[in-house]
Amino acid sequence: MNLTINGVETPIESGPLTSLLDVLREELGITSPKAGCEQGGCGACTVLVDGEPRRSCLTPAASVDGAAITTVEGLGTPENLSPVQQAFTHHYAAQCGFCTSGMMMASQAYIDGGGTDDREAIQHALGGHVCRCTGYVKIIDAVAAVVRGESFDPNVTAAGTAMTNLGGMA
Amino acid sequence: MASEVLMPSSPSEAVSLFGDGAATTVIGGGTVVMPEITYGRLAPDRVLLLTNAGLDTVAVDGDTITIGATTRVDALAELGIDGLTACAGNVADGEIRSQATVGGNLCVGQGHEAPRGDLQGALLALDATVRSTGSDGERTESLETFLPHRHARLVLEVNFTRPAASAFAALEYPHTHEYTVLAVSGTRTADGTIRLAATGVAGPGARLRSAESAASDPEAAGAAAVNDVTFADDSLASAWYREQTLPVLVRRVLAQLEEST
Ligand SMILES: Cc1cc2nc3c(=O)[nH]c(=O)nc-3n(C[C@H](O)[C@H](O)[C@H](O)COP(=O)(O)OP(=O)(O)OC[C@H]3O[C@@H](n4cnc5c(N)ncnc54)[C@H](O)[C@@H]3O)c2cc1C
Ligand code: FES
Ligand code: FES
Repeated sequence: MNLTINGVETPIESGPLTSLLDVLREELGITSPKAGCEQGGCGACTVLVDGEPRRSCLTPAASVDGAAITTVEGLGTPENLSPVQQAFTHHYAAQCGFCTSGMMMASQAYIDGGGTDDREAIQHALGGHVCRCTGYVKIIDAVAAVVRGESFDPNVTAAGTAMTNLGGMA
Repeated sequence: MASEVLMPSSPSEAVSLFGDGAATTVIGGGTVVMPEITYGRLAPDRVLLLTNAGLDTVAVDGDTITIGATTRVDALAELGIDGLTACAGNVADGEIRSQATVGGNLCVGQGHEAPRGDLQGALLALDATVRSTGSDGERTESLETFLPHRHARLVLEVNFTRPAASAFAALEYPHTHEYTVLAVSGTRTADGTIRLAATGVAGPGARLRSAESAASDPEAAGAAAVNDVTFADDSLASAWYREQTLPVLVRRVLAQLEEST
């Protein structure tokens, strides 16, 4: 089998029913997709398969033979973060970070697919992703900001946005 | 032990590789089977992986619609049948709907703690027929006949007629990943026939025939529906709760059908 991972063609040796998640993490050491529930219920393992967000834990390797896979490693670099990565940092959309890779990949697909900054539409697009830390508000803030083309200094955190959205308590 | 994984590249190859279906595990989208394998609850010897089998065609010929077994759940919305769109849109979340197949939804076994196979309801209400293959060769039968005997069959396609109106109502649940507690689907054909079906009951989806006969009186239809099914009692809801709510869903579906007159 063969996968093009973040632009690099890569031969795969795992068995055909190995999950794409295990191919990425265990065979190739690409650890941004997280093994959360490994039964489709959390979204931490989401990667892009030919541009579409997919639960890598539910995907048998043989079913994506020849496909192009994008993980967080293919978004930006630590020195040059992608807009989604910058927005997540600036809007404090990650706390423990466990859901963040999946959230960012699903967000990237939503944005690439022409998604708007409508909060309900974003919520719908990320609906399969569980976050136990942020309460989601800041994640939605981040995605909406990218859609609006806002630029930010990733070193500065937008304090208090969530509070504002929850009724101006800040 | 490593499984033998067969990847047919045409429907006819899928049929011949499936053979009598004995000891063959079919994988459509894999959204149910993959966790079973990952967690070691299933170690299949022989797997038929349908990814490239060419069973994902959707053919619309006037009002007759034929969908291949590996058609993705999210593709059903494109048919523009309200009840089916709503039912399919209620399955899991967008990422899973774009991977999960119709055949997998019809053939999925009962969950350990929850009923599943939501599309069964919408397709029963559409009076769909199923073409499948297995030990006695190919067979085309109503979905209702097929469901209790679906094991060791390979679903090839599902066929139905576009209804004049269709509707869907489900108990709401707090998160996309909860399975549907209880849902009712309904259709009205051009000649005024009403068909109703429920999922979230014990066993596969079921037609609500007593409710159908009483359809002109929604109160009576709702009350009658509880005689048409056995209620599941599981981690999502008690049988008592489902029995109380089925009449409500039947009334909602009949009201929706009435509105689209
Ligand atoms: C987080 C999560 C949430 C979910 N929520 C819902 C929900 O709300 N409602 C719901 O109905 N389901 C739900 N599911 C279950 C599942 O995603 C769907 O039932 C889906 O349609 C199954 O299709 P599949 O192709 O992925 O099945 P697979 O995993 O490929 O197969 C499921 C079963 O069907 C058999 N099979 C598959 N294709 C065929 C075929 N062509 N012929 C014969 N047998 C076949 C397999 O052998 C297996 O027994 C959920 C799953 C997850 C992981
Ligand atoms: S690890 Fe794949 S959805 Fe949870
Ligand atoms: S940041 Fe911890 S789960 Fe989302």
